[in-house]
Amino acid sequence: MKMKILVADRQIVRPGDVLAIIEDEFFDKIVHDPSKHIYMYGNRVYSDVVGTVNIVDDSLNVIPLEGTYFPKQGDLVIGTISAIGITNWVVDIRAPYKAILNGSELIEGFNPIIHNLRDYLNIGDYILAKIAVFDRTRDPVLTVKGKDLGKITEGVIIEVKPSRVPRIIGRKGSMLNILTTMTNCQITVAQNGVLWIRCPDNDRLNALIKAIKTIEEKPHVRGLTEEVRIILMKELGLGV
Amino acid sequence: MEKPVLIREDGLRRDGRRPDELRPIHIEVGVLKNADGSAIVEYGKTKVIAATYGPREIYPKHLVLPDRALIRCRYHMAPFSTSEHKSPAPSRREIELSKVIREALESVVFTELFPRTTIDIFIEVLQADGGTRTAGLTAASLALADAGIPMRDLVAGVAVGKIDGVLVLDIDEIEDEYGEADMPIGYAASIDEIVLLQLNGVLTPDEMKEAIKLAKKGAEQIYKLMKEALHRKYLRVLES
Repeated sequence: MKMKILVADRQIVRPGDVLAIIEDEFFDKIVHDPSKHIYMYGNRVYSDVVGTVNIVDDSLNVIPLEGTYFPKQGDLVIGTISAIGITNWVVDIRAPYKAILNGSELIEGFNPIIHNLRDYLNIGDYILAKIAVFDRTRDPVLTVKGKDLGKITEGVIIEVKPSRVPRIIGRKGSMLNILTTMTNCQITVAQNGVLWIRCPDNDRLNALIKAIKTIEEKPHVRGLTEEVRIILMKELGLGV
Repeated sequence: MEKPVLIREDGLRRDGRRPDELRPIHIEVGVLKNADGSAIVEYGKTKVIAATYGPREIYPKHLVLPDRALIRCRYHMAPFSTSEHKSPAPSRREIELSKVIREALESVVFTELFPRTTIDIFIEVLQADGGTRTAGLTAASLALADAGIPMRDLVAGVAVGKIDGVLVLDIDEIEDEYGEADMPIGYAASIDEIVLLQLNGVLTPDEMKEAIKLAKKGAEQIYKLMKEALHRKYLRVLES
């Protein structure tokens, strides 16, 4: 599809804003691309959300600035146990749906008569999990089989807006790289906007939290990576 | 009360506006911390606040739609919004307005992206001076955009009335009460679609065409202010 792009990279757009004119095609019906947050109608490309434009080569998409988390198969999520059934846990993953974690995920040879799920995970416990199955017609099913997955027993949990996750990771992981190397903390970023942080001491933890809050407040600022680097240097007493 | 002079000898209206002039409009987005999205809109002395939540889990469960999100909308006038105390119980009129505003917004929101969830919209009229449904629609569509809900376009609401035989834009309470017609519309300017149209009173076919043209012109001005307001929310962060 050949098109003339009318907006600049990182520009803030709103629903209904025209992003580009299509030169070689005409759409007489709305063609929506939910993952890119754009839709095509007539000879125009529109944004469907408030967000910043991201132009990569000749294609464009919009990164939303707001929005709740919507599950996707394969996503890494951090959730809390919100209810316990006979054979499964119900997990709150900050999505419009409850997530399910089956007892057999955690217990070998699981038998509801012998095992009590409460002995393994109780209400309020945090878990790091992956979305194993989600087809939109039924609630998402989680798995904790995999490296580092399972109950979270140490460190600190920070919740941010799910729409900030791409910014915290940065282009090709640049932002996350700065955050981890400068503070020496281990950071696990879950797609539902929950961060699991393990720091060697509290000073570094506080510096890191300050940096993350800055990213959350101004995701649309140019040169944010540099700003975060300066904040961390100041907070960690490395001198500017 | 006797009928006041609606169009003065100099051709201006009671409050000194030209027939095609809007009242002073003030819009602010993101005014409520707890809601996913919110907006406050003022058309002259009319003041309306809107809040949206979602997409979120739906209760009671029997309302679930298997293929799309359910939009629920409550338009409500605060008891102190009018000069005479208004009963806080939803009246016939409020139930009707909730319905037409919901249907207007259903036509722009991509509800099929969030099956089995609900998007809740609350519109609260704080001060009423005519045009509360149109101000409510404007506020609700901004609140949805602020919540990051994918939609085709923003909707600007504005009313056209006929007073003393003259078509006028954005009528207030007195003009509505003593005028011959009141026609509120909801207009998605970027995609050029009318999503709400009601008419109370009598217009000739020619007047109707003229009125729609006038309403579109007014709605486009409001639409521009709406987009500026959405932008302003993020510029504020840049300045601080």
